[in-house]
Amino acid sequence: MDWMIQTWQQLPVILQLAVKIGLILGPLILSVAYYTYLERKVIAYMHVRVGPNRVGPKGLLQPIADVVKLMFKEMIQPTKSDHYLFFIAPVLALAPALAAWAVIPFSDSLVLADIDASLLYVLALTSMGVYGVIVAGWASNSKYAFLGAMRAAAQIVAYEIAMGFALVGVLMAAGSLNLSAIVQAQSGGIHQWYFIPLLPLFVVYLISGVAETNRAPFDVAEGESEIVAGFHVDYSGMGFALFFLAEYANMLLISALTVLMFLGGWNPPLEIPPFVWVPGLFWFLGKLCIVAFLFLWFRATFPRYRYDQIMRLGWKVFIPITLIWIGVIGFVRVFTPYGEIFR
Amino acid sequence: MNIPFKQIIQTWSLNELFRGLLLTGKYFFKRKFTIQYPEEKTPKSPRFRGLHALRRYPNGEERCIACKLCEAVCPALAITIESEEREDGTRRTTRYDIDLFKCIYCGFCEEACPVDSIVLTDIDEYHFETGESGVVTKIDLLSLGDRYEDGIAAAREQDAPYR
Repeated sequence: MDWMIQTWQQLPVILQLAVKIGLILGPLILSVAYYTYLERKVIAYMHVRVGPNRVGPKGLLQPIADVVKLMFKEMIQPTKSDHYLFFIAPVLALAPALAAWAVIPFSDSLVLADIDASLLYVLALTSMGVYGVIVAGWASNSKYAFLGAMRAAAQIVAYEIAMGFALVGVLMAAGSLNLSAIVQAQSGGIHQWYFIPLLPLFVVYLISGVAETNRAPFDVAEGESEIVAGFHVDYSGMGFALFFLAEYANMLLISALTVLMFLGGWNPPLEIPPFVWVPGLFWFLGKLCIVAFLFLWFRATFPRYRYDQIMRLGWKVFIPITLIWIGVIGFVRVFTPYGEIFR
Repeated sequence: MNIPFKQIIQTWSLNELFRGLLLTGKYFFKRKFTIQYPEEKTPKSPRFRGLHALRRYPNGEERCIACKLCEAVCPALAITIESEEREDGTRRTTRYDIDLFKCIYCGFCEEACPVDSIVLTDIDEYHFETGESGVVTKIDLLSLGDRYEDGIAAAREQDAPYR
């Protein structure tokens, strides 16, 4: 054991980092692949179907088959598209979705980069993701792709604000921009988790998260009934696969953030023996699975919003709610003796 | 702006969203109706009209007497028959072709046949290797009849009381 730790410490820092990044990205990409499988299964079950069950036992190798198929497909590039932007757009969409995982604390000690303003970093990177969509829509030089990109841009701008304000509430309650500190502020049992005192912000954040990732019922950017597949209509093969990967990685990221901000991260629901024996990592992953399942449940349940309703919900409902609740938090904390509720 | 209080409560408690989620959640655990096709199959009626076959008498003599009633009744003109006199003086077909691309599987040929020769079996899984022609010949039809005679006879017997 000792010699292993010693050789590890003698490795160059950049190599150590590469190994750590691999340890995060490897399972992440694998779970993204299986998240698509889970989605097909869950939606099928809610449709009273059985879903994919042909490739491997219970269809468990389906995502592998999908990946292999996508890798060997030709990537077709439209003649009149913008060559460089067309190829860089999927990367622009995927890179922020993966890079944001650098600051996610998986447990009290498992975090790649424990930086002070990690919340800010996450907010910045999730906003970057929309550039991939916009660039893809622009570079494809097709009216459908362009319409999809415009819709995605307007929608993400609207919901980014509500999401940011919801996180301001968390920030006020925790008094820190560091994700680990935010989770530590929620330790002590389920009643300490922020989804109880910040319930309106939790709901707004969850719904905005769905809208932010362009998922049903907010998937007008894809809207196959009107604009075919939206921004990625001209992509095939690996280009399409990267967009797919980015969308699901973003869903998992939003789930992880919801867990960290509102559901107590790696903290067990009760600080008593049977619960504290389970390592924090498993609590985190378990909660993440529940929130990730919600995304699929929403998709199987809700019909797509009309575009103007999405805008109305974002600007006229969510942003006022978050602003009011932030005001309430500030007022209670400063002018009343009940400030402890929001701490 | 005169919205009833009840409606405000309903909207802001996300009542309808939760009810929708509950409904899909319930269906999540329901029994699935999917038939796993190649392994599982739905039951077929004895009147099922699938691939054609020409039957024989138990002594091995082919039933068809080339009366051409099936050819006449066929609404899709899918049947082509040529006939001549055999050495023993009976009339027999020399050609009995059914173009399955034309056939609409109405079963009139079977209804018209006075000797129960042409029948529609319950075989519904077959294919042609080329798209050029979907013609099955007399030899094919007779061999189909030989192969599936037991099933064909059983289905006819089962349906006989209702004919």
